[in-house]
Amino acid sequence: MYDVVIIGAGVSGAASARELSRYKLNVCVVEKEEDVCCGTSKANSAIVHAGFDAAAGSLMAKLNVEGSQMMEELSKELDFHYKNNGSLVVCLHEEEKPNLQELYDRGVKNGVKDLRIIDREELVKLEPNISDEAVAALYAPTGGIVCPFGMNIAFAENAAVNGVEFKFDTEVTGLEKKGDNWVVKTSQGEIETRYVVNAAGVYADKFHNMVSDKKLHITPRRGDYCLLDRSTEGFVTHTIFQLPSKFGKGVLVSPTVHGNTLVGPTAIDIENKEGTNTTQEGIDELINKAGTTVKGLPIRQVITSFAGLRAHEDGHEFYIGELEDAKGFIDCAGIESPGLTSAPAIGKMVAEIVKDLTNAEEDPGFVGTRKGILDPKTLSNEERAALIKENPAYGNIICRCEMITEGEIIDAIKRPLGAKSLDGVKRRTRAGMGRCQSGFCSPRTIEILARERGVDPSEITKSGGNSKIIVGINKDRI
Amino acid sequence: MLNYDIVIIGGGPAGLAAAVSAKRSGVESILVLERDKELGGILNQCIHNGFGLHTFKEELTGPEYAGRFIDQLKDEKIEYKLNTMVMDIAPSKVVTAMNREEGMFEIQAKAIILAMGCRERSRGALNIPGYRPAGIYSAGTAQRLVNMEGYMPGREVVILGSGDIGLIMARRMTLEGAKVKVVAELMPYSGGLKRNIVQCLDDYGIPLKLSHTVVDIEGKERVEAITIAEVGPDRRPVPGTEERYTCDTLLLSCGLIPENELSRSLNVEMSPVTSGPLVNECLETNVEGVFACGNVLHVHDLVDFVSEEASAAGKHAAEYVLNGAKHKESNAKDIPIVATEGARYTVPKTINPDRMDEKHTVRFRVGDVYKNCYVSVYLNDQRIIHRKRPVVAPGEMEEVVLKKEELAAFSDLSQITVKIEEA
Repeated sequence: MYDVVIIGAGVSGAASARELSRYKLNVCVVEKEEDVCCGTSKANSAIVHAGFDAAAGSLMAKLNVEGSQMMEELSKELDFHYKNNGSLVVCLHEEEKPNLQELYDRGVKNGVKDLRIIDREELVKLEPNISDEAVAALYAPTGGIVCPFGMNIAFAENAAVNGVEFKFDTEVTGLEKKGDNWVVKTSQGEIETRYVVNAAGVYADKFHNMVSDKKLHITPRRGDYCLLDRSTEGFVTHTIFQLPSKFGKGVLVSPTVHGNTLVGPTAIDIENKEGTNTTQEGIDELINKAGTTVKGLPIRQVITSFAGLRAHEDGHEFYIGELEDAKGFIDCAGIESPGLTSAPAIGKMVAEIVKDLTNAEEDPGFVGTRKGILDPKTLSNEERAALIKENPAYGNIICRCEMITEGEIIDAIKRPLGAKSLDGVKRRTRAGMGRCQSGFCSPRTIEILARERGVDPSEITKSGGNSKIIVGINKDRI
Repeated sequence: MLNYDIVIIGGGPAGLAAAVSAKRSGVESILVLERDKELGGILNQCIHNGFGLHTFKEELTGPEYAGRFIDQLKDEKIEYKLNTMVMDIAPSKVVTAMNREEGMFEIQAKAIILAMGCRERSRGALNIPGYRPAGIYSAGTAQRLVNMEGYMPGREVVILGSGDIGLIMARRMTLEGAKVKVVAELMPYSGGLKRNIVQCLDDYGIPLKLSHTVVDIEGKERVEAITIAEVGPDRRPVPGTEERYTCDTLLLSCGLIPENELSRSLNVEMSPVTSGPLVNECLETNVEGVFACGNVLHVHDLVDFVSEEASAAGKHAAEYVLNGAKHKESNAKDIPIVATEGARYTVPKTINPDRMDEKHTVRFRVGDVYKNCYVSVYLNDQRIIHRKRPVVAPGEMEEVVLKKEELAAFSDLSQITVKIEEA
């Protein structure tokens, strides 16, 4: 019997789990995938939005600005990559300047600090590669970028250390009321709980609609992205948006916290909640649009493209709260952009709702800080040499593109909620995320995963389930 | 800090041959740095034969070929370090490297030979749409799994790209019990050697579909099907020509990219065509005392030519160490070699008629298939070579031999041009 079961170990679920772990509550997170951060949270723009986009007065606007303001301190507490790089909404046509003003006004209403409209001259100083067409921009110095995996994993690890239980490969199949409690039916059996938090991303409508008559409808809105090699580092330093207008919405061009350049997303409404396939049209659209706000984008430096699904609810708003017609069931639904930015505030809000319902006491044993995987690149040569002496695995480079050592990979596997698959290692360490896209390191990472987990290499998957990399041994079917 | 006369980055075929040659040219203090656990580089996973026809006049497997050079290296008592990653090379020729035993350490070199090889173009760089399941491998990764570790990466295979590794893997996967359904190639010609198409595809009845590409990858966890389609002259898929293959594996053999991240940190000037350094006839880059050879310089088809090129680099690096800047002294100018009209690039990019050997082989690739054409070389506007070729193709490296006496005899030589001329 749990106090709270959270459905989904994406960034909303993990943030909620971490905030709930401050209290004397018995919390469990159920996740249908083999790891945290496997859905919407892993494939998005990795942006910390300043908060001028969302409609004034909306919950979205409130949590966006709150989340954005919390991000820097939180990134230090939980040791994930965040950079306050500032963002620019670029206006390409003189006649659209009023739209820029509108955006500015909304931002001020939403409580975004330090917003300014800048002219072309200042814009060019900030971004030398800005399009020759750019006439002005809305400059949001509070905008930032974040490692989405890093934040999600940090929340989850910290929650786990503070006693939250995580059940992976556990798909929720049904929800039933039993007295005052809920029975969560899963692919791994039934779980009883007093409260349910529905943080199921694109599936949040499914679980909501199982228990409520006031239906939600979430459309998976696919966004394709192209990621450029780190050799493009510095091409832009701010996150560059195109001012939405009658000429179209445009795509963003942004640095990532690791020095890549990200271009995207498209916005295509689909039916399939697992439809994370890129399409030729989507990639073509990106390549065509990417050069609108910046000039000379080295699009040929693309190292991968991917697609993510935004959990777009028809009302375009965050739905967070206990349902009136299903007591004990707390929605955390409709979490689309700026969901990643808002995650810290979402977690806090969910935790406060549960605390108020349960009158839970704070847990004096709560540890609010977490140390991430040691990155030897941040050390001086002397420190690094000392580290290798102490643990030679840090002297063994496995991923040559990102220069990731065996020591980091072992840490990723051994820590709480450790990596079980190649993608799990990749999201935690960046091994395999570079320009060769794991061509060289995957056989070696498989070897390390198998050794550290004490399983046969054929058991190692790319991302859980049936995503096996090795299917047999030579000539086994001859 | 350690001190060596010559530090060689990479212990594959290029690094090995360069090291042996430098030693035999009179330099004692040589160190080879290899990131893998053994010398030999990619040859260790190339267990098929066909190596060494030019060098040893016999057919060897990749590991045997590497073994010959490793033996020479050991006979010459050349030092090497395994499992050692070079992290940085400063323009002052200080190499920062790392391994488990010694941690981070620095080496001051007098000369550096870049021999880092190349990597395969990945799915991401090809913009292939579809899902991103397990079962998509570059051909070389699959080759390592099968040939070095004994693991089958899949049962039913579609291959995109007809580069040599892809062709070799079509045969290997078949021999190990997999079904290779088709090889699709974007271009209207193969990127691999003719002999590999015959011996690896034709002999096993594997169809090669030219002017085709992958337009969809299905499967959320593991590849379930691949759809290919014909492409038009613009290399864009032609609607209505899609063919769907159920399979669990997609292998990619779509080109090799020289690994020059370290060269860039050294400010070595690069060719946009080869993605390798621009070098003179000594295989020296624009950074004095830094030489390049093998696939880091330009991607080769035959390891024999890698060894030949690397031997030259080793010899010149030794001359640089022994003679200092004097090795560059010359009574003549460096003459640029211009590749045009079908020729895409040349190695070297410049040649010095005074410094060059009696004969110098210039290697290049063509940009398209030409039949019944001539490979021509001009000194200024005078044609000195006009060699008939029944067919030249991008997948097979071409060469012309320049003679010192011819270049020296030509007064006011300002440019050498290599081109393909129609019959």
